[in-house]
Amino acid sequence: MIRFFDVDRVIPFMRYGKVTTFISLATFFFAIWALWAKGLNLGVDFTGGTVMEVTYSQPAHLDKIRASLEGAGFREVSVQNFGTSRDVLIRLPVSKTANAAQTSEKVMATLKAQAPSVILKKVDFVGPQVGKELYDNGALALFVVAVGIMIYLALRFEWRFALAGIIANAHDIVIILGLFAFFQWEFTLTVLAGVLAILGYSVNESVVVFDRIRENIRKMRKTSIPDIIDSAITTTMSRTIITHLSTQIMVLAMLFFGGEALHNFALALTIGIMFGIYSSVLVASPLLLMLGVKREHFIRDDKPKEGVTADGAQV
Amino acid sequence: MNRFPLWKYILIGITLVVAFLYTLPNFFGEVPAVQVSPLKSTTRADDALLKQAEVALENSGLKSGSAFIDGNSIKIRFSTTDDQIKAKDALQSALGNSNTVALNLLSASPHWLTAIRALPMYLGLDLRGGVHFLLEVDMKAALEKAAIRYQGDIRSELRSEKIRYLRISREGNTVVAKFSTRDQRDAAMEKIGNAFTDLNLAAEDGAEDFTITATLKPQAEKQIQEFAVKQNIQTLSNRVNELGVAEPVIQQQGIDRVVVQLPGVQDTAKAKDILGRTATLEIRLVDEEGDINAAAAGQVPFGDEIYQSRDGFPVLVKKDVVLTGDSITDATPGFDSQSNRPAVHINLDGKGARIFKEVTRENVGRRMAILLIERKQTEIITAPTIQEEIGGGRVQITGMESPQEASDVALLLRAGALAAPMTIIEERTVGPSMGKENIDKGFHSNIWGFIAVVVFMVFYYRVFGLFSSLALAINGFFLIALLSMLQATLTLPGMAAIALTLGMAIDANVLINERIREELRNGASPQAAIHAGYDRAWGTILDSNLTTLIAGIALFWLGSGPVRGFAVVLCLGILTSMFSAVTVSRAMVNLTYGRKPRLANVSI
Repeated sequence: MIRFFDVDRVIPFMRYGKVTTFISLATFFFAIWALWAKGLNLGVDFTGGTVMEVTYSQPAHLDKIRASLEGAGFREVSVQNFGTSRDVLIRLPVSKTANAAQTSEKVMATLKAQAPSVILKKVDFVGPQVGKELYDNGALALFVVAVGIMIYLALRFEWRFALAGIIANAHDIVIILGLFAFFQWEFTLTVLAGVLAILGYSVNESVVVFDRIRENIRKMRKTSIPDIIDSAITTTMSRTIITHLSTQIMVLAMLFFGGEALHNFALALTIGIMFGIYSSVLVASPLLLMLGVKREHFIRDDKPKEGVTADGAQV
Repeated sequence: MNRFPLWKYILIGITLVVAFLYTLPNFFGEVPAVQVSPLKSTTRADDALLKQAEVALENSGLKSGSAFIDGNSIKIRFSTTDDQIKAKDALQSALGNSNTVALNLLSASPHWLTAIRALPMYLGLDLRGGVHFLLEVDMKAALEKAAIRYQGDIRSELRSEKIRYLRISREGNTVVAKFSTRDQRDAAMEKIGNAFTDLNLAAEDGAEDFTITATLKPQAEKQIQEFAVKQNIQTLSNRVNELGVAEPVIQQQGIDRVVVQLPGVQDTAKAKDILGRTATLEIRLVDEEGDINAAAAGQVPFGDEIYQSRDGFPVLVKKDVVLTGDSITDATPGFDSQSNRPAVHINLDGKGARIFKEVTRENVGRRMAILLIERKQTEIITAPTIQEEIGGGRVQITGMESPQEASDVALLLRAGALAAPMTIIEERTVGPSMGKENIDKGFHSNIWGFIAVVVFMVFYYRVFGLFSSLALAINGFFLIALLSMLQATLTLPGMAAIALTLGMAIDANVLINERIREELRNGASPQAAIHAGYDRAWGTILDSNLTTLIAGIALFWLGSGPVRGFAVVLCLGILTSMFSAVTVSRAMVNLTYGRKPRLANVSI
């Protein structure tokens, strides 16, 4: 039997509570700072505007392309290579004119005049209003998922678990967003989908640990709560690592083979998976302790209350 | 204790066979085909059309695969894209007048699979190439247009009732009628109230005149807006038909938006041009008394407008619209029999024909202007002098520069006018080569990721790892079969979701395997450990999957386009994984170990 973890010795995770909380707070505030100072590099989905991908048969001269587009009256054009030297990505800011939808045609006409071999691979044009809606809907989706998960955890466990779980996961999300802001990676609709999937996925982790904590609370009546949590984490540790590893393998495959379109999506998932392990073990559980989880929350009082008869009637 | 009753094995067997059958069509790929469908919705694609198509192909010496009728179109398979394109041209020239001829791709799966409705997954635009447009209907303009119509209707109502009025004007969506006496106003109020129940009328006594202010009732406004979107969708469908797209999607989204998806369209400029055109025709009278020179200098007489004609001369026309494009039932390009110049022949509906007859009778010797309004630009195509009363609703318009223009104008008029202008607010174009690339990328990420997971699982859990991997592969089959059955649209994010769910689905097996190991460590017998492992892990599996399902449902609800595709696959993948990871893998374990009562050890 191959084992990554020696599960016979319980690791005293809770003793490191102060250290891990400090690390979490530090990364969290770093992420907040990055979001505040640099902001997310929102993609065309959210800002509106036009993004075009074109490919040339020869390596493309970006300066020439830029000059000819500026000559044709386009302002604030961003022209860059992506993937290979023959593939060019052109970004144009959102334009207020009525025929903004015609932008891509004009750009293609300009490029064709310069090099007839140019081939249009992709156009994304998003009107400013649509961009705003997608942004609002995205924010709403994040909120709905968070609330939905909290309600579920509160029903299935207890409000302390719900709160600890959601804080741990919000911490993950903020760190993903923070890293995207810090490195100015483009944040698109697909990345948002990845972030939301992580929110659901990462809670899994907390659920598995919480499940064990509850089970242990019922089973190990003489053990203290911190020891119960330590034991729960230790016994589920192996599963946590292996599950995340297998998910990470799939995500890495996307990162390497999925091309430009899935690159940032896979990146968001990777960060989410890494921090998902950390947060569910070392953020959610100490929080649970801080919130004061007690044995009584799970062990039903079997003795009838005073003044209540066996059939439940109250005197 | 680790045995399933026979029915459970049979059930699992049946689901596996069904899943395999419905996954199968996805592996056969597609063959090039040409699709011929009648332009008019009233005509059906029948054997006669099939015969015609076959004859046309025979004449051009093309070898075709099977030709068959599918729904309301004829589909013909070809072995190469070269043949396909040649055949399209041949069919276009033979049948193009009354049919749409479009390139298409057909599933290459054998007939018996198609017969049980096992179809390949429907590929989204990012995987097959094409254009996606989101258009927004200008509701304000729709209401204004309605107000203009009411302005005209009120005027003719008052005329026919012989009630004198000072003037009828319009400001935005309100129509204001002014009268010189109270009696006239009150009489008009009654008549208008009876004739137009959709209007709210308010009377007001001014110092010099008496007015009626007419506004649209809220439910009438709503109805007009709904109608505008419906008519625009109808018009867009007509135009798309003329473009020759095999499987267009035209759907309403929200209150005032329309989604148009044109798979396989490569000439996006042309598509955008045809869709975005808001050409309407208006027939108005020319104001012969007005001073054209003063008007050109900026002093346009009241009730008139000035427009440029084709020849470059300004023409003063009345604001009152005699007829609009709505009255046109058909428009065909052709030539004027006398001058042999390009012309468009127009047929008017009954009401339009009556009005046209009346107006031409009353205005013999005067000029009539035909205006083409396109993208908010108004142009006078021609302004002929009315020679005589024209009855029968047949009108000929000359003034076109070329036969090509005549045919374009005819197409636009025939395809119908938009009830209100529309603007493209979102466009996603994916070139065909890019689509192919995306499929390959999505497929490769899945296959390499899967292989790596299998290697890892078998290395770590041995026989149980093998079971888990098999269950994972079966989960993939289930998912693809379900997507094919539902004909859900597969997008690149959808393919990413398949990879992600496969990565996450293994979680259930890891949970089970770890539990079994734990039970074994605690000293349970192998059989008891397997039993307890599956039993205890189930609660955790359910819990952890439900939270991901919550995220998936929220994504589906609030997401759009490709994100929705992601959400659908995510949700379905979670559901199939619960079955495959727990029940199917258990069946494999039971078949292998369940029959041995004295099992000494298991490979885990």
